[in-house]
Amino acid sequence: MAASPHTAAPPARFGVVIFPGSNCDADTHDAIETFAGAEGRYLWHKETRLDDLDCVILPGGFSYGDYLRSGAIARFSPLMEAVRRFAAEGGLVMGICNGFQVLLEAGLLPGAMQQNEKLKFICRLVSLKVENDQTPFTRRYRQGQVIQAPIAHHEGNYFIDEEGLAELEANGQVVLRYCDPEGEVTQEANPNGSLANIAGICNREGNVFGMMPHPERVCDALVGGTDGRGVFDSIIDSVRERSGR
Amino acid sequence: MKAKVYITPKAGILDPQGLTIERSLPALGFEGVSNVRVGKYIELELPDGEGAGESLERMCRKLLANPIIEDFEYELIEE
Repeated sequence: MAASPHTAAPPARFGVVIFPGSNCDADTHDAIETFAGAEGRYLWHKETRLDDLDCVILPGGFSYGDYLRSGAIARFSPLMEAVRRFAAEGGLVMGICNGFQVLLEAGLLPGAMQQNEKLKFICRLVSLKVENDQTPFTRRYRQGQVIQAPIAHHEGNYFIDEEGLAELEANGQVVLRYCDPEGEVTQEANPNGSLANIAGICNREGNVFGMMPHPERVCDALVGGTDGRGVFDSIIDSVRERSGR
Repeated sequence: MKAKVYITPKAGILDPQGLTIERSLPALGFEGVSNVRVGKYIELELPDGEGAGESLERMCRKLLANPIIEDFEYELIEE
């Protein structure tokens, strides 16, 4: 029996960054390994060679102890210079939770994170509305779809100035919003005070994406659900399409 | 040369810590207090010489403060 083109395709290659203080690196790596079309390797924060990779993921945690501000120190690691070049060349970069904070501090995504409005660490499942299903990270979902994923953060209160927000909205860069289970974007459904209920954004080019919720924690029906698998499936599809695999 | 850096949430940005403190003060009998803003204070020592102020300004912009959400002020203290 001839192999289908799909099974013959080489896997999408993911790199999962480990900063001192990252703590979702193993979860993210293990989630990646559950996809037939993907393989993952760890990236130590001193590494600078990324040319074997299709996608770099900055995982959750408390990089460098979250000293000064979340993500403020991690952006100076040797690896981040390489990530900057990787992104500039069109490579896919995703930041989850603390990884999102690092991308903001590094200026790879616009805006900044503040402490949650109620000043509490929040760890619970939230509903998210997919606002843009055309990005390389969300193409497996459909616009308006409601998915569930857990958040676990103290600084997830996204802020950008008025002009910046208008630009994000106009360019479809708001990818995920906190919503109620019916998909209504309401103030009550906003867990942390985030501006315009923003839970995830991408850059203008669409190849850098940050989200506060944890898709890697909802990749297994036995533990929490499978709504996060679409993010990884989307990336794998995008990589295949780009490389003509 | 010593320097003192004061970092505060930008005007117009909600400061939940400041608000909480502001709302607590009347309970202790301190009425009429407003505009409480909670920030950070950083002390540091700079190499002596010209350009210390300029160098400190850049440090604030690049690392000590996040200009998107924070304002900063500093003092240089000649010994």
